[in-house]
Amino acid sequence: MIVPITHFLILSAILFSIGVVGVLTRRNAIIIFMSIELMLNAVNVSFVALSKHLNSMDGQLFVFFIMTVAAAEAGVGLAIIIALYRRRASVNVDELNIMKW
Amino acid sequence: MTVIVSGILGFIVAIIGILLNVVEFTETILFYLVASIAVISAVSVIIQKNPIYSVISLIVTLVSISIVFLLLNAQFLAAVQIIVYAGAIMVLFLFVIMLLDLGKDNAGEEGRDRLFIQKKSSILLGGTLFVILVLVIKSSYFGGKTGIYTTEIINNIGNTQLVGKLLFTDFLLPFEITSILLFAAIIGTIVLAKKKIEQ
Repeated sequence: MIVPITHFLILSAILFSIGVVGVLTRRNAIIIFMSIELMLNAVNVSFVALSKHLNSMDGQLFVFFIMTVAAAEAGVGLAIIIALYRRRASVNVDELNIMKW
Repeated sequence: MTVIVSGILGFIVAIIGILLNVVEFTETILFYLVASIAVISAVSVIIQKNPIYSVISLIVTLVSISIVFLLLNAQFLAAVQIIVYAGAIMVLFLFVIMLLDLGKDNAGEEGRDRLFIQKKSSILLGGTLFVILVLVIKSSYFGGKTGIYTTEIINNIGNTQLVGKLLFTDFLLPFEITSILLFAAIIGTIVLAKKKIEQ
């Protein structure tokens, strides 16, 4: 490998940190979901990089399963957002305190 | 704008590299270009006011990551990344944003921060996390036991064929559990998004 493995992992760390900051700062539920997708993708990058580095296919197979989980999560999450929007007419997570007792 | 310029730059570098037949140099340059595009558009995802622009920026990030997969010799995953993520999931996001009519005026960001210094402290926490991750990466040793699938063997068999073979042999149980997960997700989505019938 010409590019060292640490650079791939640092790219993954940068993307993961950006996703964390997005989850913590934004109030739009959909953008919070997109930041979660960003974090999942950052993890995928390090999986594939280590898979190549260690001459193993396990990392690539795991990325395959992570993609499935991400698709399921996006589908269910967006359905929850639609249901909440019908009730509250807002996707602002500060106003969505239905589950707070 | 930056993304477009760096994209054109990457294209020119790739063409020059192919013409001069210096594959290693081209791969290195391409990685850093694509990585910077990914980071810039990831920052753009979380700072855009309009959710539509965030979705478009996230698509740019996902396509850049698929090019990183290509550089790492994972061709099947690069294709799946574009088809599933940039194609299906992002269209779902766009569809929901348009369905709920979330524009610039109705972006779901109204109200002030509940915490005193929410933005600043979260950026500080994210930066701290990044520093910790980099320190861990720098101090780790990535050696140890290696597998049998070197790049030459994968290229001889074919990446897609190898993924398929492993999915139906070593990873058969997780693969079947994934189908149950998707089934549960389908039913959950329908139940949650279904409109209640008024009696």
